Amino acid sequence: MPSNRFLATATALLLMTATASLSAKTAQAATGPRAVQYVLDNGMTVVVIPDHRAPVVQHMVWYRVGSSDEERGKSGIAHFLEHLMFKGTEKLGPGQFSKIIATNGGQDNAFTSNDSTAFFQAVAKDRLELVMGMEADRMVNLKLDVKQVETERKVILEERRSRVENDPGAQLDEQMRATMYQNHPYHMPVIGWFHEMATLDREDAFKYYHRYYAPNNAILVVAGDVEAEDVLKLAKASYGKLPANPAALRNPRPAEPPSVAARRVEMVDERAGQATLVRQYLAPCYAKAKPREAEALDLLLKILGGGSTSRLYKALVVDQKVASSIEGGYSGEALDSGRIGLYGVAADGVKLADLETAMDKVINDVAKNGVTAKELELARNQYMASYIYESDGIGALARRYGWGLVNGQSIADIEQWPERLKSVTADDIKAAAAYLTPKASVTGWLQSPADAAPAKKS
Amino acid sequence: MTPLPSSFHLRRFFPAAALAASFLFSPGQANAMKIQSVKSPGGIEAWLVEEHALPLMTMQFGFKGGASQDPDGKPGVANFISAMLDEGAGDIKSEAFQEQVEALAAKMRFEASRDGFTGTLQTLTVNRDKAASLLGLALSKPRFDAEAADRIRGQLLASIQFESKEPEKVCEKAWFSTAYPGHPYGRPTHGTAESMAAIVPADLEAYRSRVFARDNLKVAVVGDIDAASLAALLDQVFGGLPAKAHLTAVATVEPKAGPTQTLIEMDIPQSVATFGQAGMMRKDPDFIPAFILNYIIGGGSFASRLMEEVREKRGLAYSVYSYLDPMQRSAVYMGGVATKTDGMDKSLEVIRSVLTNVASEGPSEQELAEAKQYLTGSYALNFTSSSAISGQLLGLQMQDLPIDYVETRNSKVSAVGIEDIRRVAKKLLRPEQLIVTVVGKSSKPGLAQN
Repeated sequence: MPSNRFLATATALLLMTATASLSAKTAQAATGPRAVQYVLDNGMTVVVIPDHRAPVVQHMVWYRVGSSDEERGKSGIAHFLEHLMFKGTEKLGPGQFSKIIATNGGQDNAFTSNDSTAFFQAVAKDRLELVMGMEADRMVNLKLDVKQVETERKVILEERRSRVENDPGAQLDEQMRATMYQNHPYHMPVIGWFHEMATLDREDAFKYYHRYYAPNNAILVVAGDVEAEDVLKLAKASYGKLPANPAALRNPRPAEPPSVAARRVEMVDERAGQATLVRQYLAPCYAKAKPREAEALDLLLKILGGGSTSRLYKALVVDQKVASSIEGGYSGEALDSGRIGLYGVAADGVKLADLETAMDKVINDVAKNGVTAKELELARNQYMASYIYESDGIGALARRYGWGLVNGQSIADIEQWPERLKSVTADDIKAAAAYLTPKASVTGWLQSPADAAPAKKS
Repeated sequence: MTPLPSSFHLRRFFPAAALAASFLFSPGQANAMKIQSVKSPGGIEAWLVEEHALPLMTMQFGFKGGASQDPDGKPGVANFISAMLDEGAGDIKSEAFQEQVEALAAKMRFEASRDGFTGTLQTLTVNRDKAASLLGLALSKPRFDAEAADRIRGQLLASIQFESKEPEKVCEKAWFSTAYPGHPYGRPTHGTAESMAAIVPADLEAYRSRVFARDNLKVAVVGDIDAASLAALLDQVFGGLPAKAHLTAVATVEPKAGPTQTLIEMDIPQSVATFGQAGMMRKDPDFIPAFILNYIIGGGSFASRLMEEVREKRGLAYSVYSYLDPMQRSAVYMGGVATKTDGMDKSLEVIRSVLTNVASEGPSEQELAEAKQYLTGSYALNFTSSSAISGQLLGLQMQDLPIDYVETRNSKVSAVGIEDIRRVAKKLLRPEQLIVTVVGKSSKPGLAQN
């Protein structure tokens, strides 16, 4: 009903005004500066985000090294070492680290990405000193028993089977990444290639550990019920005692050559489920982007593929009914390069080629004509709000600062993100849409043998 | 901002079910946190934790019933509704409704589980009243337009098709259909391709008008709102619902006793198993000891027996875990493991021997002491964000636990002695009666399989 639609739009505009006025007020409460940064004498960065709502802290140590710093032929060693970091030191037996955290009522875990490796614990605030002592200990005193290394290697191979080999969607993503990055090590899977993981040993792990794990290559992030100066004191007494290793910093990674050709990956698998279309584009990351460019990409992708009011959803799911779902996003938290990703599931009986044609039409329209002022305001308001939502919880806060810093942003960059969002214009969005270019794209198809079979001629 | 990187790997992974089971329990030393009971003029109750540091409010609510209230022959109705409530309400059609929610930068989510239909509203303070009105409209006057229903049906059918290829999902579904033949708990909560094709908008409305009612409602609110404002808000959101629900009786049953082992063949390099047996009802006085026992066996720590024997000593799996799932009308104790095809027999043998050993000898004094230290010490970690706190408070209410539970929970855990836990281990564990479902290839190629 046109009349309904008109009314709804009018209401929406009114509501938006309300949201905009809120943003100014909220900027004070939630998005103002709050983190404090120090650098220890040995070069270790210390960041504290006081948040006194619960008597607990989130403690994280981020190493500025990840899977993209691995030696050729040793893929998976960054992640393998992350597992082995729980196998003990001169002071602590295997498994004791996690056990001590648990008996102190804490939770611990770790993760590895392309650019970083992080270890983290959530504990009551009076256990922070204990945790910092233990984390500092394993930064330099790791002890590895050959037999335990062998057993843990079986564990990471099972992890790969779970995450990748058992999941054709994950296999497609791995293939697309390898296709998109032709020279940069982002083409390697974080977990490693199975055949190389199977050869990793204790010596490989130690080589990587001794090369990269050092206080001057690490960032400490503590969020929670603490005062910055108290954390600094504890950090000096623990991490501050460790010697710097000037050789620990990673080398620059090989850069990508200019992209000149659209690439395609077509996977046919019995386990495919409904036919799926994935489109990715190379794009700059936050750390390497021009001013407002990454922010514009975030907003552009929200407009194009964020939820059921997005351009793609409205065109392909609601109007043309060629997709059963479609969404997209921009991933800019990386050191060297970002990616745009779009993901659509074909409607029953629709060929991927037809879905792809329809999707390209929407993409081309945005690239050519940009977005409307209303779309931009809506997307901006939602991101402003999401910054506030994400400020609720010390785990999310610690991750926000850790990710930003380890990927080359400053505290100011991180905290001024909402302000920068405000300055993005429709022209910025149109400029950012230039990244939606076929020659910097990889298109992935995943479908069952039945769906892949050529249509019968009638 | 701060999206997760496109690929990253946690050292430890537990499936959602395991986390969900433990969330019901995580109590704490959230001493400073004050939980108020708020009653609206219209008689609707909610638990409230005021937190004014950020200008936002999180409301979580639940109606008892969930997928177990799906009509016979039409599993998937509750799940279907969970995807339809933001597809238009009152005079506002689908697209306009979603635009309004987005313009408010509010988040509205709905979910149907076996026993409950739950929802979450997150909103900034300044948009609170408008967001609450939209939620109220969605719950009391959803449109269920045919066009939207067909579109959502397509999405749900696609997910059913994807899930039919996901080993963990297939395995768990098979486990429940084996353990609960002929009972609502044995039905797929997301429905089947056939049932989804048969469900019409009138089925959605019939379910909604039966289950969404004030006497069947639990509400938890955390954030920037005081008790008086919340009281008014509760009537605004839920006041339009009927006073009484008309739930279909669900029989109280025990899951079937094994031993059974079923292989569902799928051409994958890693097999996945779900194992389980009768569990412990939440009202059972032995529930807390059983909860501690599960932590020791496989409930979420690297120090658990299953983790130690299956992963740390033998490298058989990345993920192995157990959890208690106390439902409204039955209870199960279950777990899972994923391992390469020829590691499955060994993994299941090790799991059985851990269960057998704990059943006969019980945990050690030290294991009990360490479990209590962890469970009491970590309770506060479940209260570190508005969503986490409201999730806790809703979970407690859905389980009919009292409002002072958060204050008393740790002393209940601390009070469990070694004799209690050994007695409960003997009473609970039935390793000889496990129902096991496996998805993957046969580890003995050439042998006929069912």
